[in-house]
Amino acid sequence: MVSKKVTVVNEQGMHMRPAGELAKAVKAHPDCEVTLNANGKTVKAKAPMQIMSACMKKGCEVEIVCSGADEQAVLDEIAAMFESGFGE
Amino acid sequence: MKKYQGKGVYGAVATGKISLFKKPDTEVKRIRIDDTDNEKTRFEQAKTLAIQQLQEIYDKALKEVGEANAAIFEIHQMMLDDDDYNDSINNIIESQSVNAEYAVAVTADNFAEMFAAIDDTYMKARAADVRDISNRLINNLSGSISIENDSEEKVIICASDLAPSETVALDKNKVLAFVTAHGSSNSHTAILARNMNIPAIIGAGDEFLSEIKDGDEAIVDGYTGEIFVDPDEETRAKALEKQRADEEKKRLLQELKGKENVTLDGRKINVYANIGGVENIGAVLLNDAGGIGLFRSEFLYLENSDYPTEQQQFAAYKKVLESMAGKKVIIRTLDIGADKQVDYFNLKKEENPALGYRAIRICLTRPDIFKTQLRALYRASVFGNLGIMFPMITSVSELEKILAICDEVKAELKAQVVEYSENVELGIMIETPAAAIISDKLAPMVDFFSVGTNDLTQYTLACDRQNPDIEQFVDTHHEAILRLIEMSAENAHKHGAWIGICGELASDTSLTETFLRMGIDELSVSPTFVLKVRGTVRSIDLSK
Repeated sequence: MVSKKVTVVNEQGMHMRPAGELAKAVKAHPDCEVTLNANGKTVKAKAPMQIMSACMKKGCEVEIVCSGADEQAVLDEIAAMFESGFGE
Repeated sequence: MKKYQGKGVYGAVATGKISLFKKPDTEVKRIRIDDTDNEKTRFEQAKTLAIQQLQEIYDKALKEVGEANAAIFEIHQMMLDDDDYNDSINNIIESQSVNAEYAVAVTADNFAEMFAAIDDTYMKARAADVRDISNRLINNLSGSISIENDSEEKVIICASDLAPSETVALDKNKVLAFVTAHGSSNSHTAILARNMNIPAIIGAGDEFLSEIKDGDEAIVDGYTGEIFVDPDEETRAKALEKQRADEEKKRLLQELKGKENVTLDGRKINVYANIGGVENIGAVLLNDAGGIGLFRSEFLYLENSDYPTEQQQFAAYKKVLESMAGKKVIIRTLDIGADKQVDYFNLKKEENPALGYRAIRICLTRPDIFKTQLRALYRASVFGNLGIMFPMITSVSELEKILAICDEVKAELKAQVVEYSENVELGIMIETPAAAIISDKLAPMVDFFSVGTNDLTQYTLACDRQNPDIEQFVDTHHEAILRLIEMSAENAHKHGAWIGICGELASDTSLTETFLRMGIDELSVSPTFVLKVRGTVRSIDLSK
């Protein structure tokens, strides 16, 4: 299991579009489980509605936890998405 | 006549008959099912169909309201594929031996409640999205067809609330306006209405909905949020007046859209738009501006509680460049100080802030901030046609320092194998009398000048922009200012640079001809003035 802490940079926080992008990216790695710890909640990163339910606003600290196949590569990919603001 | 008050989400006026939008009956019964596998298959089929329908709506929305607004229907598709949502539905079918409709309805309630309970207006509004996709599933399962407005006449659609998919699915040619009793201005419905250019009012209240009936005459005023049912003559006349003004604006828009900014004798200039944030790009495109002549980068700093990172800035610049699809985008580097203050810069209080520590002076004394912005700009430059503009220049040595820092940034990017465009145009603002007077020395060093007439006026006439008591002394057409602009234009052209005007004066159409005669190449104005300026340019004959 590997993990990394990142910060939400998107102006509107993890709203629908970034949540959807994130879920899509996570689903591409079915053998690696990705969870997010934020605002005292733990949510599965492959479900956009769960991601949104954690209500991660701009500046919110998020711990990404990856466990499974290629966990380090998946972690790097997801962390980069957060850092780049999901292309927004 | 009866008046109702809601919140206008798109400013326009419509007069016509009311048509009540009735939702298909989605009341769901709980039915005991023994063959749960069959129910799950039914659910899967309804879901596949729903995703297909949403794809069609997405394609329609893409054409009518643009990608950014159509994205919601792509996300609705993802929501339908959400594992939690699906697991919940399948579990309910299996564990309770019930019909799929019921399982979807219960799941929808749970998820909608979860969103409604979040202490955030954006997330609260997402409950409507869950209900929208769930109702679609239930309709697909029970085979009820979504209703169409079958009257031939254009009508004012009134509903309790409209789901985003319902809003887009409405045949635009039959809709005069829409009014909902509920809904938030944050909802996608409101956003879509704005982009469809249809007068729209939300939150008109339950009383409104219970009192109106099909065929009632009404006026919808999206500017004020007022709805008049059975209006009297006076109200009708006022509404007609507003409609006429709108029509006139629209006519001008239609007539001038897509046309060149060319004088009667064939001189072409560029008319660009000034904007202060990514959210204004829609207005730029709507008003058919040829590019962005001034993108104020301050918003990145003003909206932040700390220095915006390179990545944050890069994302914003990239978005603007991509949205403008190859059209010129001129971004002005940080211009704070004077009337624009940012806490975390910890700027000292000054006696004369307009003459003080501001804009390029901050950038040159704190190169870390400046370099972060330049790196972000250069990195974004590969995504479009970028120009970078520096404010508050007064001397050749300042400009030398700036250009040296630009070279430094480019060399660093090259060393790190980060891509940037070699075709980035560099220019300066002419907003101090000093810059105009030595424009012959500055012009060979840059690709363009852009005259900031607001500051140029305040500095030339020694009149504080913020002081209302001296307004009578501010003659914006003062000969001194016009001479400085003319001098700058001559010097720019002598050295192969182009010159634009991006201050208030650019939209003063009484001066357009004067500017054209000086040889000004570009006028950059607020998006709503683009077509007005274009109209003026097209009426001028420089040969006379």
